[in-house]
Amino acid sequence: MAINPLLPRLQTKQTDDVMPSGAENLVKALLEEGVDTVFGYPGGAVLPIYDALFDHPKIRHVLVRHEQAAVHAAEGYARSTGRPGVALVTSGPGATNTVTGITDALMDSIPVVVITGQVPTHLIGTDAFQECDTVGITRHCSKHNYLVKEPAALASTVKSAFRIATTGRPGPVVIDIPKDVQVEDVPYEQGGRMHGGYNPQVKGDLSAIETAVDMLAAAERPILYVGGGTINSGPGAAQLVAEVQRMCDAPVTATLMGLGAFPASHDAWLGMLGMHGTYEANMAMNQCDVMLCIGARYDDRVTGRVDAFSPASKKIHIDIDRSSINKNIRVDLGIVGDVGHVLEDLTRIWRSRGLKRPSHEEWWNRIKGWRAKGSLDFDQPDSGEILPQHAIRRLYEMTRAKSPIITTEVGQHQMWAAQHFGFDKPNKWLTSGGLGTMGYGLPAAIGAQLGNPNALVIDIAGEASIQMNIQELATAVQFNLPVKVFVLNNEYMGMVRQWQDLTYSGRRAHSYSDALPDFVKLAEAYGWKGIRVEDVGALDGAIEDMMETQGPVFVDCHVAKVENCFPMIPSGAAHTEMILHANEVIGAVEKDAEALV
Amino acid sequence: MMNSPIARPHTLAITVDNEPGALARIVGMFSARGYNIESLSVADISERHDVSRITVVTSGDDHTVEQIKAQLERLIPVHRVSDLTAEGGHVEREFALVKVRGTGEDRLEAMRLADIYRARVVDATMESFVFEITGSTDKVDQFVDLMRQIGLVEIGKSGVVAISRGAEAS
Repeated sequence: MAINPLLPRLQTKQTDDVMPSGAENLVKALLEEGVDTVFGYPGGAVLPIYDALFDHPKIRHVLVRHEQAAVHAAEGYARSTGRPGVALVTSGPGATNTVTGITDALMDSIPVVVITGQVPTHLIGTDAFQECDTVGITRHCSKHNYLVKEPAALASTVKSAFRIATTGRPGPVVIDIPKDVQVEDVPYEQGGRMHGGYNPQVKGDLSAIETAVDMLAAAERPILYVGGGTINSGPGAAQLVAEVQRMCDAPVTATLMGLGAFPASHDAWLGMLGMHGTYEANMAMNQCDVMLCIGARYDDRVTGRVDAFSPASKKIHIDIDRSSINKNIRVDLGIVGDVGHVLEDLTRIWRSRGLKRPSHEEWWNRIKGWRAKGSLDFDQPDSGEILPQHAIRRLYEMTRAKSPIITTEVGQHQMWAAQHFGFDKPNKWLTSGGLGTMGYGLPAAIGAQLGNPNALVIDIAGEASIQMNIQELATAVQFNLPVKVFVLNNEYMGMVRQWQDLTYSGRRAHSYSDALPDFVKLAEAYGWKGIRVEDVGALDGAIEDMMETQGPVFVDCHVAKVENCFPMIPSGAAHTEMILHANEVIGAVEKDAEALV
Repeated sequence: MMNSPIARPHTLAITVDNEPGALARIVGMFSARGYNIESLSVADISERHDVSRITVVTSGDDHTVEQIKAQLERLIPVHRVSDLTAEGGHVEREFALVKVRGTGEDRLEAMRLADIYRARVVDATMESFVFEITGSTDKVDQFVDLMRQIGLVEIGKSGVVAISRGAEAS
């Protein structure tokens, strides 16, 4: 039975008790999935859903200030809690604004469900007001998407969307719901299972795992290369990584997405690998004889020049996504399965064979030599300007007892945070790795804070990135979220400037952050506390002040303006061609190298 | 399975949920990742109209085609992908409708060639024929080339459909 949307609410109320509307079915389906928080922004095409959600006793709606932020907040919620995040936006611009967030979640395998309103079915295809082809636009940036044309299919679509978002390699799923489908009254029915072909492989092939044990047991220079798949597999998987490390006496490195999957305080920790990874991590990857890749994907930031990547090693790759295996790097043994399940079998087989823990003393001695390079060392003077690395170090040392959740934006500050902030547990490090989305950190911190009300949540940001979703300062105030923003302000899009200095003879085209706002005043205008710190002598006091303040705090930390992020493997170079020192920076590159990203 | 580093055509049979957007998803995967589609055909094949079969001819070395297969299999509506070329014996057919205009000797020659190629006349006027022809891509192409010399007007072609040999499903 269709309801005229123009009729007053009083009349529609009477039918509610008899049969629920599509919007009410949607809310019920969300409840069945255990959803307690929805990040959203209302608009014409989702009014029925907003009405059904209004003052809901179990689902909290968090009003963001831009739809992109709704998805990043859902990502932050998901990454920090292990539960899927949910975003709700209207049609047209509401939907198109989510595209960056959806793509971000796809690249980083984050389970989010994005619900978009759509114009009524009879107007689809007519270029109606605020119409866009949402399923067309999001088809290739989501794990899956749906246009729900039948009200009766709504509940089963929601169920299917959550299943797809959270199982296998997690990712974003979009549900586009025309307004008439939200309004029509239909019985609540979950219906049959959809997608007979979707059946992710969780258990690894046992004979392949046996072979992996053989290879690891025979290794003289093993290494564990851990990625975000380990975090997605759950906290148990991180514990199993530690067990595998103990079993085979291997050093451990991780990708940007894998930080926290192995304790940074552990002796076997080499630090992050890749373009801005440590010397010891990259050299150990280059020189190892057996590489166990655990839920990582041989990304180009990790491998550098592919033909020079770890040339002498046997490579084992555990991944839940078969297409990741042999995509960028050919491996000797691929194991399709969930990291936790595969490592459980691997450790069980290792134990059942009664294998002794090997000792790789010679390998550790070589690693010791690489570590002695001190690739992350920096020289902070006692007074005057603050080095960004030092700011991160102090932030880490002063907050680590609280085991904070750190989010970041994208650029130099992100790499310094990855290098200098240590993570001992998974789900504490939320960053945009694959897509590299400036503006991710603040909304992600808001999502993380909502999912972890008692945690200390800090967005480590740059003065350029933070402006990309600065409007979310208001969201934090509205929902009483004590989020902290710690900006490393060097008045440059620092990573852009670094590349320009490195490869364009120092021609700094448009990378200066001109006309910066007074961040303290800006923060205060939004109702935040603002703190500016410019001298290293005041740094600790500022961090202390930030931690002791109950509400949201914005720290504008002015740092050395042209400090560069090292070590660095230039794009397209081998792991062994790492730049360690600042005096090697100003220069130009060959034409073909200019095309590399 | 042979492991060839040389690029060659591979015929893939893909079964998918018969739902809106499934074809766009598959075609989009090819374009987004820079793979080539040389031929494509789609039809509903199940009794309950819930599954379609897509036949794609693509080309690449075995490693590339293995990656194409893996990328297709991770699409949610995809049930199964068979690389018929790698899996061995299979039969491939293409179907074409070929319109030819001509009179006098050209008309007779067209008929003679059609006979040799086992093409059937499905429409005729005093100055034209429409032939239907079924066969391997090579055979159909050769026939079309010959018709071009006589007076080809228009062609409609199906794209390759293929199935494995023997009693089992691919």
